[in-house]
Amino acid sequence: MTESTHGALTPVLTDTWDAEQGWKLDTYAAKGGYDALDTAFAMRPDDVITAVKDSGLRGRGGAGFPTGMKWSFIPQDNPKPKYLVVNADESEPGTCKDIPLMMGNPHVLVEGVIISSYAIRANKAFIYIRGEVVHVIRRVQAAVAEAYAAGHLGKDIHGSGYDLDVVVHAGAGAYICGEETALLEGLEGRRGQPRLRPPFPAVAGLYASPTVINNVESIASVPAIIRNGADWFASMGTEKSKGHGIFSLSGHVERPGQYEAPLGITLAELLDLAGGIRQGHQLKFWTPGGSSTPLLTADHLDVPLDFEGVGGVGSMLGTRALQIFDETVCVVRAVLRWTEFYKHESCGKCTPCREGTWWLVQALTRLENGQGSEADLDQLLDQCDNILGRSFCALGDGATSPISSSIQHFRDEYLAHLSHGGCPFDPARSTAWAGQEVTAS
Amino acid sequence: MIDDKTLDELREIAARYPEARSGLLPMLHLVQSVQGRITPEGIEACAAVLDISAAEVSGVATFYTMYKRHGVGDFHVGVCTNTLCAVMGGDEIFSRLKEHLEIGNDEVAVQRQGDSKTVSLEHIECNAACDYAPVMMVNWEFMDNQTPDSAVQLVESLRAGHEVSSTRGPRLCSWREVERVLAGFPDGRADEGPTAGPASVAGLEIARERGWTAPPGASAGARDDVADVPDDKQEAVEEADTSRAESETVQEASDD
Ligand SMILES: Cc1cc2nc3c(=O)[nH]c(=O)nc-3n(C[C@H](O)[C@H](O)[C@H](O)COP(=O)(O)O)c2cc1C
Ligand code: SF4
Ligand code: FES
Repeated sequence: MTESTHGALTPVLTDTWDAEQGWKLDTYAAKGGYDALDTAFAMRPDDVITAVKDSGLRGRGGAGFPTGMKWSFIPQDNPKPKYLVVNADESEPGTCKDIPLMMGNPHVLVEGVIISSYAIRANKAFIYIRGEVVHVIRRVQAAVAEAYAAGHLGKDIHGSGYDLDVVVHAGAGAYICGEETALLEGLEGRRGQPRLRPPFPAVAGLYASPTVINNVESIASVPAIIRNGADWFASMGTEKSKGHGIFSLSGHVERPGQYEAPLGITLAELLDLAGGIRQGHQLKFWTPGGSSTPLLTADHLDVPLDFEGVGGVGSMLGTRALQIFDETVCVVRAVLRWTEFYKHESCGKCTPCREGTWWLVQALTRLENGQGSEADLDQLLDQCDNILGRSFCALGDGATSPISSSIQHFRDEYLAHLSHGGCPFDPARSTAWAGQEVTAS
Repeated sequence: MIDDKTLDELREIAARYPEARSGLLPMLHLVQSVQGRITPEGIEACAAVLDISAAEVSGVATFYTMYKRHGVGDFHVGVCTNTLCAVMGGDEIFSRLKEHLEIGNDEVAVQRQGDSKTVSLEHIECNAACDYAPVMMVNWEFMDNQTPDSAVQLVESLRAGHEVSSTRGPRLCSWREVERVLAGFPDGRADEGPTAGPASVAGLEIARERGWTAPPGASAGARDDVADVPDDKQEAVEEADTSRAESETVQEASDD
């Protein structure tokens, strides 16, 4: 981490989550909420884009593309309406930051939507929230209604002459709708299957009009950048991965939860804050950014959790979804379950993914049951090669990550299933209540 | 029956969007709210309002897992069995509930004499609550940190008609009422429940204890710390760390 004057944790988006009613406009306004609107409206839209570019903010939805640059791709000479679409589909296994953000502080998202829409000159924005989180949807609906009533949305916002309408849209259960072009299909009332690119959404997105799609946390990061300046944001984080990000720890740690820190913090530092791996156990493997990012091990505790650091050890920062597994967990079981997920969620549009994920489940199931030989492991890797880079969207690529990385780090454990004639682990030892007195009530 | 009020509401949903068809997902949620599932009649109604074929509507309805062809209970119980929750005990909870309710996945338990409400059971994928594993959902409200025993108690309370609250949200209402919220008709319960659950504020509490904050905001001032931002698209794509970024953002030169 770069030398810093701030704490190891830097609550910005999480800062109101301990307020009595953090979701209310009054709570947000008391902390300076919606003040950044006037700052933004006093700037030219292009200057807002420049500020976000200068901040170094990179997409928080997994890919890390520079947000300001994405906005600058919107062709302003295109006569069609421009749209902002917020990706609130949060479904990547392990990822659990956008949901508490919208539950605890929905107004920071709404304010971000207004500033971002102003920057790209959109008069209509959509927040696409996965359907399976009704209370989050209630909170965002209520925040939008409060923002209208306070004059932060609607016509001539704050007397600026700028108009914006926001629609809160509930999805209906489909991981693939987190993929940005599949999301647009869903938002157009169709089956959520990815679109061919080009054209890119910036040129022809929603209703074939120029569209920016950003993750919840990306958009929610914008108000503080405008309020405090690009240099403020850039003073946190590392050279090419600037700012604060929410790190989500789950699994076998003493204090799982959300930790908002500058990018570049390490798992060792986070575990230290979270009280370590649960008592009496050791770290075995972890995902740095959801199940689609290759697994890492205890060898990677000191890797800076920024885009470059995690990329440098062959994985991806992804969504900073740190799922932590201790030595009681069978890696084959874990990987098979994720693979079943990808098979279930494959949208069926392309053959490598549709048939490949089916095949992967068959092969892994056999291995978990102790059937087959070491040659099957290599065949499994070959099959991953056939999917990786040949599938139509990144879901197929993601499906191969847990498999190839687990074989790389834990080949012996796969072999142990073969020599043992099945899984050598006792799943009861991994549960949250393992080792505690089980109440017999 | 899909009556005039419902038809009006279906039209109202479609009118929220620049193009009416965008309303289809929330419209199907409304159909479920009114009819308890996706019915042929509901499909016809959506098709008529949007002026598309029933086959098109049906094709959409079958794509998304929240749309149910067969009815669910008053309380639809989901158990997360994606890897993290499964390992933390979700698998055990799910098998215990199947056994206790004497049903399989995606089935409705028998309403026993004395039960005032029905429950159905489904295993679900990661519901973005992994820091509360093992996680259950009832009518898409969070029931965090469950055990096999707490899960059995929960379904029994639901069947008995007792008032039950989400661990991080409001008092539970019926599946049909929830589907109406998903259709975009708020039910006034947004102010129930806490701002956040305990795990959500784990980091924040530590920051408070130790006096850690983000750097103070300095709006104007020197800009010597401006990020080393990539100058062009090519460089940005090289730095974006995934093939995902590349497949989503690399543009053909001719496309500019
Ligand atoms: C299968 C799949 C699922 C995805 N799910 C999400 C998601 O739930 N939320 C999200 O913001 N991005 C998701 N993404 C990434 C989006 O396609 C897109 O990169 C992102 O929304 C862009 O926003 P950002 O630049 O602000 O990160 C997913 C991508 C894939 C391939
Ligand atoms: S890779 Fe999978 S999810 Fe993506 S388009 Fe192909 S079948 Fe659909
Ligand atoms: S794995 Fe169960 S909520 Fe994420």
